[in-house]
Amino acid sequence: MRLIIQKYLYGDYGDGHAGGLEQANNQDQQKEWPLWEVFIRSKQGLDHKHAGSLHAADATMALENARDVYTRRNEGMSIWVVESKHIHASDPDATAEFFEPANDKIYRHPSFYDLPDSLKHM
Amino acid sequence: MEQITNQLQEQFQQRVDEEQKIEPRDWMPEKYRQTLIRQISQHAHSEIIGMLPEGNWITRAPSLRRKAILLAKVQDEAGHGLYLYSAAETLGISRDEMYEQLHSGKAKYSSIFNYPTLSWADMGAIGWLVDGAAILNQIPLCRTSFGPYARAMVRVCKEESFHQRQGFECLLQLSKGSEVQRQMCQDAINRWWWPSLMMFGPKDDESPNSKLSMQWKIKRFTNDELRQKFVDMIAEQIKLLGMVLPDPDLKWNEQTKHYDYGEINWDEFKQVIQGNGPCNKERLEARKKAWADGAWVRDAATAHAAKQANKKANANSLTKETQQP
Repeated sequence: MRLIIQKYLYGDYGDGHAGGLEQANNQDQQKEWPLWEVFIRSKQGLDHKHAGSLHAADATMALENARDVYTRRNEGMSIWVVESKHIHASDPDATAEFFEPANDKIYRHPSFYDLPDSLKHM
Repeated sequence: MEQITNQLQEQFQQRVDEEQKIEPRDWMPEKYRQTLIRQISQHAHSEIIGMLPEGNWITRAPSLRRKAILLAKVQDEAGHGLYLYSAAETLGISRDEMYEQLHSGKAKYSSIFNYPTLSWADMGAIGWLVDGAAILNQIPLCRTSFGPYARAMVRVCKEESFHQRQGFECLLQLSKGSEVQRQMCQDAINRWWWPSLMMFGPKDDESPNSKLSMQWKIKRFTNDELRQKFVDMIAEQIKLLGMVLPDPDLKWNEQTKHYDYGEINWDEFKQVIQGNGPCNKERLEARKKAWADGAWVRDAATAHAAKQANKKANANSLTKETQQP
């Protein structure tokens, strides 16, 4: 039993049901402004990080709204916005299989190697 | 089918018990989804309606400093509403549907905002008491089991603390003022105290949704637990103002190490929730008017966006044509 959510947020749709297309087709009927995901760089040198989402008519408005909603206290110095329908996400129901290849490769971690204590600077 | 659902439900409860967050695309019981949609959207509506009683005083704030503070606070509340609506949308309800539920009266919002703001001191009392009560409700929600709700609440709580502090500061100033100002301060406290206590909701034994919400870790404390915390906190803080709480039964209980307090007027609570509070009609009308009056702005922005997108598309195809050999 899988519940399919007809909503495009937080990468909330898999590649499976082509979220972007569905929404594009519905756009004529719905009056709601499209949904945008907001990413904020809090200071120079750090990654942009997902902050939340908002509705806006276009990218310019999305950026201005993101500034007013998410950075009223200097939380950011750079903002990215992307329409939610463009985000593709891995399937949460397949998390175990999807990330399985990493599980049995403990030799990728430095602690795997048993070396003499006298060995320095390594 | 039923067996699968039971199994999923068990797994879900196990995840919740292990303090794993539930994210929007994860499987969840339908009742969990509905409970969250109801609670988060009510919370969002409360932030939006909550702007109205304060908006009443922006143009009449006693100084530029107070006006700037009040404006910033009201702007925060708009922001909090937006964080929360976004969180609710991840559960599969649209923004317009939520607005529709608010405007039609189907969805509720916190009953506290159906009381009038009669004097400037009410701005102080709202910040101190109403936001103080809200914060106690909200802090445990930062750890609520649904990821987007918890993240929104972290943001809200960070911003909310100035709301309470500015409120207390406002009352502190009045409490040191003239006799008339002191009376204004006491009067505001008298009027906001009981409605603030009602903000925590019905008593535990009359709160039908509480048990499941606790089991799913949507809620972490019961209504009465939080209410008691609030009484203990405020009963001490008010001493600094040199004012009194309007409850003759309020007194320290040495055995329980808590303040005892008088019986809340639950009839009034029910009346206000059912739409018969002093300002229910006014609040909803104001909200509906703002939404209707803004329709042309929303339409214009959509039209402008379409026009710009067209222009860009045309320009692109022109460039391509001229680039043909």
